[in-house]
Amino acid sequence: MKVLVPVKRVIDYNVKVRVKSDGSGVDLANVKMSMNPFDEIACEEAIRLKEAGKADEVIAVSIGVKQAQETLRTALAMGADRAILVIAADDVHQDIEPLAVAKILKAVIDEEQPGLVLAGKQAIDNDMNATGQMLAALLGWSQATFASKLDIDGDHATVTREVDGGLQTIKVKMPAIVTVDLRLNEPRYASLPNIMKAKKKPLDEKTAADYGVDVSPRLEVVKTTEPEARKAGEIVGSVDELVAKLKEAGAV
Amino acid sequence: MIQTTQGAAHDDIRDAVRALCAEFPPEYHRKIDEDRAYPEAFVDALTKGGWMAALIPEEYGGSGLGLTEASVIMEEINRAGGNSGACHGQMYNMNTLVRHGSEEQRQRYLPKIASGELRLQSMGVTEPTTGTDTTKIKTTAVRKGDRYVINGQKVWISRVQHSDLMILLARTTPLADVKKKSEGLSIFLVDVKDAMAKGMDVKPIRNMVNHETNELFFDNLEIPAENLIGEEGQGFKYILTGLNAERALIAAECIGDGYWFIDKVTAYAGERQVFGRPIGQNQGVQFPIAEAFIEVEAANLMRYEACRLFDEGQPCGAQANMAKYLAAKASWEAANACIQFHGGFGFASEYDVERKFRETRLYQVAPISTNLILSYVAEHMLGLPRSF
Ligand SMILES: Cc1cc2nc3c(=O)[nH]c(=O)nc-3n(C[C@H](O)[C@H](O)[C@H](O)COP(=O)(O)OP(=O)(O)OC[C@H]3O[C@@H](n4cnc5c(N)ncnc54)[C@H](O)[C@@H]3O)c2cc1C
Ligand SMILES: Cc1cc2nc3c(=O)[nH]c(=O)nc-3n(C[C@H](O)[C@H](O)[C@H](O)COP(=O)(O)OP(=O)(O)OC[C@H]3O[C@@H](n4cnc5c(N)ncnc54)[C@H](O)[C@@H]3O)c2cc1C
Repeated sequence: MKVLVPVKRVIDYNVKVRVKSDGSGVDLANVKMSMNPFDEIACEEAIRLKEAGKADEVIAVSIGVKQAQETLRTALAMGADRAILVIAADDVHQDIEPLAVAKILKAVIDEEQPGLVLAGKQAIDNDMNATGQMLAALLGWSQATFASKLDIDGDHATVTREVDGGLQTIKVKMPAIVTVDLRLNEPRYASLPNIMKAKKKPLDEKTAADYGVDVSPRLEVVKTTEPEARKAGEIVGSVDELVAKLKEAGAV
Repeated sequence: MIQTTQGAAHDDIRDAVRALCAEFPPEYHRKIDEDRAYPEAFVDALTKGGWMAALIPEEYGGSGLGLTEASVIMEEINRAGGNSGACHGQMYNMNTLVRHGSEEQRQRYLPKIASGELRLQSMGVTEPTTGTDTTKIKTTAVRKGDRYVINGQKVWISRVQHSDLMILLARTTPLADVKKKSEGLSIFLVDVKDAMAKGMDVKPIRNMVNHETNELFFDNLEIPAENLIGEEGQGFKYILTGLNAERALIAAECIGDGYWFIDKVTAYAGERQVFGRPIGQNQGVQFPIAEAFIEVEAANLMRYEACRLFDEGQPCGAQANMAKYLAAKASWEAANACIQFHGGFGFASEYDVERKFRETRLYQVAPISTNLILSYVAEHMLGLPRSF
């Protein structure tokens, strides 16, 4: 079975986000970018399936600007076998919307015929939480979202989902789209030899036009604003001081 | 984390080393320092991740990278709050063996070093009575059949208790019998455990920075002649390969420290409120931090230049020395600003500032002191008369 893992290049979660002066979005020029953390978890899970003998090949796919090849190299260094980059934008500020991504992924899936797609539940940049679901609809495949546990057994997958107020376990028929949540696993970090090997693994480059998908935006960003600034904290020297301060503030 | 001018060229390495380092939080390094212990688990993790084999060519099981990449690894360790001093020895020794060792020696040692079975972390140069005046060293190696017999004494030889192999500099032809004082010196690969059983005594030196460092005493230690690296009498030339690498790597470590201090103090100065506003709002606080940052950035450029020349196999003594000078100075400025603007808290161990402050101070003295770099530049770059 092939496992396909879509990975998105997003602003690194450690970066202090700055809103662009025209309010059209956040500034991404010369800012550190990384793989979407949920996609890292998906990638890790796919590699674990391969290590457990339940998958034969892990294919990472990224859709966006050319620089997303760095994100794919990260997936390859973690252990993916090969990668497909679909260039769909020149400007790092252009976000490809979930529907366009899902359409491109569908086209890739038609070619590759994976038995499972493991995706992040959402990307940390725009928190859409939509691509996996749209893809399932376009393909007519089963879907299981917010996975915190995954077991593949023949032509079925048992998935534990993190739903409001608890956990839900469902059984879905393969092929399936599974979107993963934070607690599914802890992704590995790449070793130096694997980073070196990743440089030699195949990375195919395509364009959105190759798949005949129109990626022009359907949504218009009206405004982007900073969240309200957090008030500065205070460092206290001792427990007594802390207790005194808390009393003063009426907190205890 | 502050944005720096370095390009994205090594982001893959940085990200992976950062992720590994993140598994060893400040508490880990603090505890190691308090216990005066060796960060065994950390060095093991680096070894398992292949990081300590970065410089070993691929055909011997390493990753075949250059000094530039090795320096990025060291920088990231220090930037993450660790101390590369525990493990940089393998990086600076490696090219001495790779470039000057025989094929037989490379075959014999490199794959085992790459796999982590052996560590080559020690380099024995400094002696108590000659200090920086390296060509005057008194430790001798005398050929006797298929062996060399070593006698003498070394001081400040680091990581010996956590290394399997050491590169040792000794005199093979008496100073009086050579034309140039840099001739007649040779380097050897010493099997540390074997040597400790046969005439090498190791006496640890308690020191300011939790550096595992020692006095060594050689009393008729016999080592196989095949452990000579390169040609007899040419060792000084070979050891320079290691020393230049060491200077560039130390520069990178200081740069890592410098960024750590600046990140730390910037965050603190932005948060700490006295007199009703963040202390970082005062120019008296801002300027020294900004100045240190500028100096770290400038040192960084010279460090890349030194590494580039080294990796191209070109002479790089001047650049490696200047990079080390600039970086050690910059990290010290950054350390000073960091401890100063933490006020009293800079002295509390749990802030890690005082530990890093001590650690980075070393690099004004070792592996080469600032004065000696200045006299090198005066003599070799400016053509002024030698002062000593
Ligand atoms: C923690 C630690 C770890 C070390 N690890 C190693 C190791 O693994 N292997 C190894 O071989 N060595 C090691 N060293 C030794 C280190 O390289 C030396 O300490 C350093 O080279 C200085 O030599 P010295 O201590 O003999 O000082 P000296 O040579 O005695 O110098 C003392 C001072 O006098 C100044 N000075 C000397 N000559 C001149 C001059 N002509 N003009 C102006 N000023 C001068 C120096 O700049 C210095 O400030 C280590 C040292 C330390 C502290
Ligand atoms: C070992 C030790 C023992 C001590 N013992 C005692 C003791 O026995 N009794 C006691 O009462 N205290 C004691 N102290 C506390 C000491 O007096 C304070 O640490 C010191 O006054 C600095 O105050 P702070 O730590 O709150 O720093 P802060 O006031 O937070 O200042 C931090 C930094 O910001 C700078 N700064 C602040 N405001 C400005 C400004 N407006 N312009 C420019 N720069 C500014 C300061 O110069 C400093 O570098 C001790 C401290 C230590 C470390």
